[in-house]
Amino acid sequence: MTTVPKTTNNARGVAPSLWRRLSLLLRKLYARPISAIGTTITLLFILAAILGPLIAPYGENEIIASEARQPPSPVHWFGTDNLGRDVFSRVILGAREILVLAGVGTLLAVVFGTIFGLLAGYSGGWLDEGIMRTFDSLLALPALLLALLLLGTVGQSQYSVLIVIVIVYIPIVARVVRSVVLAVKPQGFVEAARLTGESQPRILFREIMPFVYPTLSVESAVRFSYAIFLIGSLGFLRVGVQPPSPNWGLMVKEARPFASLVPWALFFPAAAISLVVIGVNLMADGLKRIMS
Amino acid sequence: MTLTRSEKRTILEINELTVAYQHAGEWLEAVRDVSLCIHGGETYGLVGESGSGKTTLALAVLRYLGKQGSIRNGEIHLGDLDLLALDDGELRQVWGSSISLVPQNPQSSLNPSLRVGDQLVETLRHQRSLSQQDAQTQALKWLEKVRLPDPGLVAERYPHQISGGMQQRVMIAMALCTEPKLLILDEPTTNLDVTTQVVILDLIGELIQGQETGVLYVTHNLAVVTQVCDRVAVLYASELVEDASTQDLFSKPLHPYTQGLIESIPRLGDTKGSIQLRAIAGQIPPIGDVPSGCVFRTRCPIAIDVCETRPPLYPAGDSRISRCHRWHEIDQMEVSARQPTRSRIAEHISPNGEQPQTLKVNDISVHFPLQRSLSDLVRRQPAKVVRAVNEVNFNVKPGKTLGLVGESGSGKTTIARTIMGLESKTSGSIELLDLPLPDKLSNRDLDTLRLLQMVSQNPEEALNPYLTIGDSLRRPLMRLSGLSKTQADSRVVELLQTVLLPPTYADRLPGQLSGGELQRVAIARAFAANPELLVLDEPVSSLDVSVQASILNLVNELQYEHENSLLFISHDLAIVAYLADLIAVIYLGSLMEISAPGDLLQPPHHPYTEALLSSIPLADPSRRGTPIHLEGDIPHPVDLPSGCPFHSRCPRLLGEICTTQIPPWQIDAESGKQIFCHIPLQELSTFQEHIVFGETSYPR
Repeated sequence: MTTVPKTTNNARGVAPSLWRRLSLLLRKLYARPISAIGTTITLLFILAAILGPLIAPYGENEIIASEARQPPSPVHWFGTDNLGRDVFSRVILGAREILVLAGVGTLLAVVFGTIFGLLAGYSGGWLDEGIMRTFDSLLALPALLLALLLLGTVGQSQYSVLIVIVIVYIPIVARVVRSVVLAVKPQGFVEAARLTGESQPRILFREIMPFVYPTLSVESAVRFSYAIFLIGSLGFLRVGVQPPSPNWGLMVKEARPFASLVPWALFFPAAAISLVVIGVNLMADGLKRIMS
Repeated sequence: MTLTRSEKRTILEINELTVAYQHAGEWLEAVRDVSLCIHGGETYGLVGESGSGKTTLALAVLRYLGKQGSIRNGEIHLGDLDLLALDDGELRQVWGSSISLVPQNPQSSLNPSLRVGDQLVETLRHQRSLSQQDAQTQALKWLEKVRLPDPGLVAERYPHQISGGMQQRVMIAMALCTEPKLLILDEPTTNLDVTTQVVILDLIGELIQGQETGVLYVTHNLAVVTQVCDRVAVLYASELVEDASTQDLFSKPLHPYTQGLIESIPRLGDTKGSIQLRAIAGQIPPIGDVPSGCVFRTRCPIAIDVCETRPPLYPAGDSRISRCHRWHEIDQMEVSARQPTRSRIAEHISPNGEQPQTLKVNDISVHFPLQRSLSDLVRRQPAKVVRAVNEVNFNVKPGKTLGLVGESGSGKTTIARTIMGLESKTSGSIELLDLPLPDKLSNRDLDTLRLLQMVSQNPEEALNPYLTIGDSLRRPLMRLSGLSKTQADSRVVELLQTVLLPPTYADRLPGQLSGGELQRVAIARAFAANPELLVLDEPVSSLDVSVQASILNLVNELQYEHENSLLFISHDLAIVAYLADLIAVIYLGSLMEISAPGDLLQPPHHPYTEALLSSIPLADPSRRGTPIHLEGDIPHPVDLPSGCPFHSRCPRLLGEICTTQIPPWQIDAESGKQIFCHIPLQELSTFQEHIVFGETSYPR
């Protein structure tokens, strides 16, 4: 028995409204400086993605040949690339593409991964073995390699990139969810629910899911950052994207031959990738602290 | 002990000690103004429940409080040495050599990657600067002293390869090999089986006899104290409430809390028909939030106005003290915290004619095959099987309670889980109300599920921490009783009241309730849909003693009202004997004896039952006896002994017949007891007729 007084547990009691919960979450994230920084960065990028066309001064493919290769200036905040495109606009507009793609992909991976994880963890036996060993074989390959292999078969549109992200990240989400299920399943209240005749789906969603949410939210944030990086990497390899798309990775690739002439055209898209990944990870770290 | 107390050397002196823990910026007092004094050769019991501060006190003496704890006030002297003035280096010298500790959990205290012998050698070499040779010889000597069978072999083993009882003996050896001035034992037998506990307690007593070592024995188990301790200090909510010799304390407690504790333990021979367990009202106050004035005031049945001022330690006779304003009145028997016994209302008279048995368990066996390793597969070895339950037969009558008593590994929990459908049986059948009970939970329909409910050991795990109490209680009502949400809501209020909890609890989360309260909710949930049979698996084992009685009373009352049958499982024979109408003793997966509680104390007894009965430390030191020691450890259900499962440890082993043939069930003509033994009942009765439990050792 504890000698320290029982603090209220980490359950969030009877559900307050979504807005209240979100604002509470934000407040907690901003309580610590590091997660505050991460959250701010993430939110800024999300804002950029949403408002993209409204704040970008130039179009994504607007070429002004006369102003090519110009360093950052009040007119072109991030300068122009060798073709004369405004780097700042391309970065902002590129945010939309990458974040939306990563976001949707992560969401789908999390949804399907959770379903698989719940099934595998709760059923045990052959279903568990079957699912997990299949996923193990997927996990054995590095994400990028797997992505390239899949894209080779699936084709190279944006939708295929989406499918690839989903496939690549389902296994690890499933594994994480499964481990939570395994930890919760033997507990007394789950047995009590079974003894009351609750159906398996109800048990999974009413008894077990609340335990899954904290871990899952942290994992989702981390997957999101990985997905962003994956899309950037694929862009760099000119896979799954068609120029002249403002994919940051592609931008980095295109800028490379001219790196000494227009270093800013390489720096800013690369910085964007790094910054958003770091930001999301710091936020995920903050989330993890809050959840535990 | 020929010297009077004051003439012996003082080993440990604690003066007005106050220890506090820091939590969320505040200092919460765990120990307040506690003083005690241990002399050479004396065993001092420190008794308290959770939150009493006993462990904190022991840690404070060791100066091992950790960052959060701090000694705020007071003095601790070990002989002439001021323990509080030592720095880290000096402390390290004291640890292990002048003060030794035998901790609660030997499994986690032994290094799992070193052989047992090596760990003992390490201690010896470090503390006494012996050479490797000398240390090894000494180590073996000590392993022998703690009566380990085949010490040379044990020394070669790793901790996980020896049993809990053996591990604890190694810990005792390690603690005593340095010949410390003070030995501290922190609940050393709590995790051990009753029969092992007996052996360990006797060993400790033997080893310190005649030595000048002072012993501080920390425990929550009052009965154990009577076995080993000369003096007892009782702690409650950080304060010392009573201090006396063991004899004095138990024959005449002078503090309402002590009285309450002693009264709340059912004694062998008490049955629900003869006495109601005395429960202490209320809860143990959380640390840092103790009542003002007398800490026990809010739960004390004889509290009066003056109790709002903190009582000092009143001298209450020859070397005893009591922190109660009314101690003198208690002494003179003018008041008593004892409640008058209220005998149970006459039993329901069962109607004539055949009623279907509530539960019939027919020859069930539950075997778990172990996974074979690759080498086993290759060598075509058959899978080893854990034979947890072997052809067990019993019935539970309507409205009656069957008590199932067994130690760890006996299979009692497996039986419970098999009945509930959480485990599959390997053979045999179960009938509920004369209808066959489907094996798997998924094959049972809602009506069947409603008839069978269970309360398990761990109340903290029994409820989903994300759901409110009301939610958890509503489920069975809506699902099994088919009530609508509004109907269920009002029923929830009723249920909470039945288990003596306020209706406002329906909106609380489990994290806000104490262990005792959680168990009440679990019981309410089990009774909610009015089952025919309720299985209770060690429902009070993890609760504090002062709370246990109220839960047992509650179960009793509810059963009486609802007239359901109970299957009550426990390792505690006294509790089972109190509650049950029929007692079944189980060992290594087989039943050994079935007896009515009234006949339990009369011969004939199955030899195992005999050993169990004698190993119950009685909370009455005047009846301290010599318990039967069972040799060896409980065999693992994988290596089940042939013939009678008990033959490997049976003190009354007949001979070859016991090792080769399965015993018959013999029925005692007088009492109707059923005993699973080869020894003819007449002989058993003759051998056992001189035994009165707790007084003399049995003649062989």
